Amino acid sequence: MVPHPVSIRELQRETHDTFTLTLEPPDRDQGLSFIPGQFTMLYLFGTGEVPISISGDPAYPMRLVHTIRAVGSVTRTMQHMQRGSMLGVRGPFGKGWPVEEARGKDIVIIAGGIGLAPLRPVIYHLLRERGDYEHISILYGARCPADILYSRELESWGGRFDVDVSVTIDYATTDWYGDVGVVTSLLDKVRCDPGKTVVMTCGPEIMMRFAARELNRIGITDEHIYVSMERNMQCAAGTCGHCQYGPSFVCKDGPVFRLDRIRPFFGTREI
Amino acid sequence: MSDIRDLEQLIRAHPFSQGMSDEHIKMLTGCAKNMHFRPGAYLFREDEDADTFYWIRAGKVAMEVNAPPRGTIQIDSRSEGEPLGWSWIVEPYRWFCDARALEDVSALAFDGACLRGKFDQDLPLAYEMYRRFVPLIHRSLQATQLQLLDVYGAS
Repeated sequence: MVPHPVSIRELQRETHDTFTLTLEPPDRDQGLSFIPGQFTMLYLFGTGEVPISISGDPAYPMRLVHTIRAVGSVTRTMQHMQRGSMLGVRGPFGKGWPVEEARGKDIVIIAGGIGLAPLRPVIYHLLRERGDYEHISILYGARCPADILYSRELESWGGRFDVDVSVTIDYATTDWYGDVGVVTSLLDKVRCDPGKTVVMTCGPEIMMRFAARELNRIGITDEHIYVSMERNMQCAAGTCGHCQYGPSFVCKDGPVFRLDRIRPFFGTREI
Repeated sequence: MSDIRDLEQLIRAHPFSQGMSDEHIKMLTGCAKNMHFRPGAYLFREDEDADTFYWIRAGKVAMEVNAPPRGTIQIDSRSEGEPLGWSWIVEPYRWFCDARALEDVSALAFDGACLRGKFDQDLPLAYEMYRRFVPLIHRSLQATQLQLLDVYGAS
């Protein structure tokens, strides 16, 4: 529960409000092993602590990578830190994406905005073990072209013959030649067998609700849909209760949940 | 004759005709033609009469609105396998935006005005068309609501 001091190895600007930190792992011999979908608590000394999904490659535990959106006092300060600056890190915490259960199945990844960051480790994993999975589709939605996260990687994944990548944005000017519209509008073009498909989705909760509705419409049931939930995680060990979500704690039982297990609470206003 | 047969096959092959009766497919074939648009060409313009609708066979089309002083904004897009345009079925039958080909586009173009004229005499045809187009309108409305929420904006 005590943060390990780590230094910033690299800081990369992704979009106007999003940046990626590569940290020295707490254990310089072993690195920090994690399951795709897990998160750490990053501590800015004297200011506060925030839960951030690990967005690096699980095969490279020596590179501890987080993509962060500057939205609060901690993350806004982190955005302007320098290489070599110190942070505290705890974790990894939580349950990740169902990469084992998904073997042999069609995979649909649906990400919106910064929601691509927690899904990037699973994409790295799927591509590395490509032969173990059937058809893979990656659907990504962003607000505008300038807000597209990991645009070079999306382009590179899209250039492969064994993965379908579709990107759509909410609004564009006339110099955009891609899709325009909400990310759920891409679902009709996805090639998958609804009975043997696993969907992993992360993004704004309302986007995931719309996605679940559309997925149900095309025959993919809740037990094949996994969502990454976001709540006010503080202790990250399921003891403080801040991230309680129905009978679960997002930090300990999530952040990735199978949708049928949280369906009664998914979208409920008071929860 | 072979052109008509080819056209009918193109219509049958399009995802939007799935489950449609032979009779209705033949009726649509009688109102259809196969068209190609070069990149930059407009399939329709805002405020024009919405007398034609399209099923895209290949390529991508941007739906745009001119919004001074911001300029032209793309609000939606359509591509292979999708229908384009439902203003032909809703009064006052005018396009509410521009549709511009972003790349080479092949599309089946249907005479919507002609089809509309048959609705009163052929209620099953009218039902078939509304049954297919109302869900499009519904989903378009939902998507618009989601876009208006600006869900990816800073929280």
